[in-house]
Amino acid sequence: MSESKVAPRAPFKLSSLLLRWELILVPLLALVMFVNGTRSEFFWDPFNLGDATFNFSEKGIMAIAMALLILTREIDLSVSSIIALASLVMGLAAQNGAETPVLVLLALLTGTLAGFFNGFLVIRFAVPSIAITLGTMSLYRGISQAILGDQALTKYPESLANLGQGYLLEPIPYSFVTFLGLALLVGLVLHRTRWGRQLYAIGTNPEAAKFSGILVDRYRLILFTLSGTFAGLAAAFLTSRISSTRPNIALGWELDVITMVVLGGIGIAGGTGSMLGVVLAVLLLGMISFGLALMNVPGIVAGIFIGGLLIGAIALPPLFKKILRIAKR
Amino acid sequence: MNLVLKNYRREAVLFVFLVAALVVVGMISPSFISLKTLDAIWHDSVLLLILALVQMPIIISRGIDLSVAANLALTGMLVALLSKSNPSLPVLVLLLAGIGIGAILGAINALLITVLELPPIVATLGTMSVYRGMTYVVSGGQWVNSQDFPAALLEFPNARLLGLTHLEWLSLLALFLAWLMWHQSRFGREIRALGNNPSAARYVGVLEQPRLALLYTIAGAVAGFVSVLWVARYAIASTELAIGFELQVVAACVLGGVSIAGGVGTVYGTALGSLFLVLLYNALPVIKISPFWQTAIVGVAILVAVIVNQSAGKRVGKKILREVSP
Repeated sequence: MSESKVAPRAPFKLSSLLLRWELILVPLLALVMFVNGTRSEFFWDPFNLGDATFNFSEKGIMAIAMALLILTREIDLSVSSIIALASLVMGLAAQNGAETPVLVLLALLTGTLAGFFNGFLVIRFAVPSIAITLGTMSLYRGISQAILGDQALTKYPESLANLGQGYLLEPIPYSFVTFLGLALLVGLVLHRTRWGRQLYAIGTNPEAAKFSGILVDRYRLILFTLSGTFAGLAAAFLTSRISSTRPNIALGWELDVITMVVLGGIGIAGGTGSMLGVVLAVLLLGMISFGLALMNVPGIVAGIFIGGLLIGAIALPPLFKKILRIAKR
Repeated sequence: MNLVLKNYRREAVLFVFLVAALVVVGMISPSFISLKTLDAIWHDSVLLLILALVQMPIIISRGIDLSVAANLALTGMLVALLSKSNPSLPVLVLLLAGIGIGAILGAINALLITVLELPPIVATLGTMSVYRGMTYVVSGGQWVNSQDFPAALLEFPNARLLGLTHLEWLSLLALFLAWLMWHQSRFGREIRALGNNPSAARYVGVLEQPRLALLYTIAGAVAGFVSVLWVARYAIASTELAIGFELQVVAACVLGGVSIAGGVGTVYGTALGSLFLVLLYNALPVIKISPFWQTAIVGVAILVAVIVNQSAGKRVGKKILREVSP
């Protein structure tokens, strides 16, 4: 007989599999796709579906990094302002004749620096990240407003347009492939490596993680920097897609991105959720917005559905569990 | 005196900052320091101030209400439509309607946070989208313009009584009520206890759910009240009304030394924070800085305030009991 051993993982239970968050999102996504299909005969056209991804891939890319931050009990409210800043740098460089590869590099660099600055402030002064990024949200957007005023930068090299409007393999756009690729990569790191486990440890209990030798602040700095880099990448795609830089570019996107992450099952209290859930939530929200647009519902009214979905998604599962528990008695 | 300085260090620092900012602006443009300008800044800061005075206890309780601007838009629109279809309604009835509708919206937040146990940031993020969308639905995307409002409503915020505008009187009333509620009442102390240490508060018998439910409902009612003043002052109700204003309200609190981690914040600090923000907005054009710099400067101000407050809090944070001299 072997002495008492800790099981390598929790014993398999069908109910815990069925109650997994991802498995609730899949039928929801199927339902939305089905309803969209009945609304327009062109919905299932592959080119239509491919083009539908343009509208959410940039937000999806940011949601990947935001998921890691929320998982570790942090948040980055400044992501959409980082887009404004990175797009500004791209626009200014393009006016001075910079070519497409330089523009993309500059966007990534700007985003990375802005994200690093967020992370530096958070760990150096030990301030809640919601307060720091509320400040930098204003600061980064403000720099863009101060330099642009009421102007827009629209002079971009023609080759840039291909990045945000082009297809890797028709009808699959570059931005969508990038989103899926990054999600896969980050998901593998999160769910299959020691680094990923340590992120869950930090999210579950930052103090305990620190005392068990995890360099919590280093992870925080890396995650904020990553969030900036991904926002810079999203800025490159978005600027290329709309071929212009305005001070109000991507205004309010941070809330959409946070909605995607929370709907994806990443618990706001930290330490729970998976990358698969986030990807499904990005697709779900993207398809809902697209379907509502097919029905000529204005974006602001679509907010009712998305806000309601966010609340319902978070409130209902615990409620079901409560009811199940009462029913069992 | 020493004790006052010790307890209100943040407020004292902010007050010095506020006066220094006034002096600097006054040196660049002497005409700025006049009763007329100060009156205008005061008048201009009232709506922000009243909203910040209820956001403050929410942040103290470790929550946040992101739906305040959307509540402003929906309630403001509903009251505007009510007034448009019944032009004879007196201002008092419109204000009461605003309070009632706002309280219902606040109670919905309260329900989500206390009964369904949603984190406040998620619940109010959701209702923010929903209320803003409802504003479009009830108005059909149309504006309610100044000619649709009764003259009495449009005059109400700016009319003067004993030299001060109605809004200025209301700000004094709001300050007094907030002081009474958050500094003098048992309810205020319980909210603070919940923010300082929720489990300790629970052990001494402070029930979290009913307190928070009341708090968010009050916040909704106050937002509803302000929405009527907002619609009257700007003489328009639209879907875009006060969009993004929730962040200014939170910024006023943070500038005023309210700690986002909960438990810390005063009415005085919040009032100074709101005044500081509005002074900044008004002073920039006067000192020849393009108003386009406004957002960036507010960002820097928030960062400085948060960092200064945090390092100030650290030094005194460890001491739990008051020292007794032998």
